[in-house]
Amino acid sequence: MERALGPDARFREGLSNGQINLPRCDGCDKPHFFPRINCPHCGGTALTWHQALGTGEVHTTTTVRRRPESGGDYNVCMVELSEGVRMMSRVDGIAPADVKIGMPVAVFVGDIDGAPAVLCKPAEG
Amino acid sequence: MTDNLRGKSAIVGVGHAGFGEAHGFSAYDIMAQSTHAALNDAGLKLSDVDGLFCTMMEDSMPALMAAEYLGIQPRYIDGTMTGGSSFVNYLTSATMALEAGLCDVALICYGSNQRTASGRLVTASKLPPYEGLYSPRYPISGYALAAARHMYEYGTTRENMADVAVAARAWASHNPEAFMRDPLTREDVLSSRMVGDPLTKLDCCLVTDGGGAVILVRADRAKDFPNAPVYVLGSAAESSHRQISQMKDFTVTAAKDSGKRAFAMAGVTPADIDVVELYDAFTINTILFLEDLGFCKKGEGGAFVSDGRIAPGGNLAVNTNGGGLSCVHPGMYGIFTIIEAARQIRGDAPGMQLDGVELAVAHGNGGVLSSQVTAILGAASTV
Repeated sequence: MERALGPDARFREGLSNGQINLPRCDGCDKPHFFPRINCPHCGGTALTWHQALGTGEVHTTTTVRRRPESGGDYNVCMVELSEGVRMMSRVDGIAPADVKIGMPVAVFVGDIDGAPAVLCKPAEG
Repeated sequence: MTDNLRGKSAIVGVGHAGFGEAHGFSAYDIMAQSTHAALNDAGLKLSDVDGLFCTMMEDSMPALMAAEYLGIQPRYIDGTMTGGSSFVNYLTSATMALEAGLCDVALICYGSNQRTASGRLVTASKLPPYEGLYSPRYPISGYALAAARHMYEYGTTRENMADVAVAARAWASHNPEAFMRDPLTREDVLSSRMVGDPLTKLDCCLVTDGGGAVILVRADRAKDFPNAPVYVLGSAAESSHRQISQMKDFTVTAAKDSGKRAFAMAGVTPADIDVVELYDAFTINTILFLEDLGFCKKGEGGAFVSDGRIAPGGNLAVNTNGGGLSCVHPGMYGIFTIIEAARQIRGDAPGMQLDGVELAVAHGNGGVLSSQVTAILGAASTV
């Protein structure tokens, strides 16, 4: 029997293993994010977890302006994963001003201040 | 049917206090000053209040704190916290409580010393778990994400948004109660400091102190008070999310649903409305809400608000007090949409009073475009 772990803890356990795992509802077959006990689309409670492909695109984006001495400007975006779920993230590897809506990105597990976090970088090719 | 509540309650008193900077006064002091102003306006005493509808941005039990401070023992309390929309939402629960006989005099009240206490926008909650890691600056980042998407999908421009701020300032310039009254140009907004692209400092609401209060009674006794009653013809709420990352469509708010039901309950349409007071925490709000409430089509809000069309002398009177952008914004603005709408209907607005106002919209927003509450208020002639 699978050991008991709440949906949030289970998601974070995946992250700590370098995986983005998403719950998908057995009833309506839709994935969702954030992880929770019931499917927000149909209310179903039978959920199966799948590893995300790690691809997506920027759905919307903003640059948070910050003084250079405090670390400078940084990106905050909403990424839409190829599975169809959206989450807040950050595009690394390019200037915040160059992050554009519709931009294809690779979605990976990086870290922010030592904590595993879903991050993005411009897709190659 | 919510039609059963149409016109069943009326606003008989409004008051406010502490606009701008209220050095030396606490949030509860300002709430109490606002309450006394509203009671004086209605010709009522504190001891007449038996229904309290209140939330604040301090404490976990602010309605109880407010009742204790005022020295009243209300037999009905609603402290539902949906952010800045809470006070418009209380129009519904107050009407229900009055109509059911659960109370006879309903007080809606709020106060904040946000400006003099901390000098920056305060959010009443910690960062959401799946967002906090990315250090979004709330509430600005949430609205910036919505604005960016609206620009992408509909070609809305920074100039369109700037014109919202310019129109708000033009209204405020006539209002001696408004905190910011100096002339403002589109160029001023565009060239002010960028805080969260695409929003500049002047796309953001003020950070002020201030409080407001509204007194409601059952419609059957509304004419027994000194001022012309302002009736609650329609009120409806819809919430779509709490965290901005859970907003399904960043260009459509739940105002689409709250507005539809509020208008249906009131039996009027946007074309009938004389004045619109809505929660303009950021310039994009005005565009989103005018679209979602049905004053223009989705995607056309940018053009609808531009070039003075919602300024004095324009096509539609929006935020006639100067709004949260130029009049007052003490953490939560919702109650001021009710107060200005009521005063326009009564004919005693502090700034530019429009002629023959019979129907007004008061629209509240809470969270990060999360909770939307629409009220339709009307003069006696509309009941």
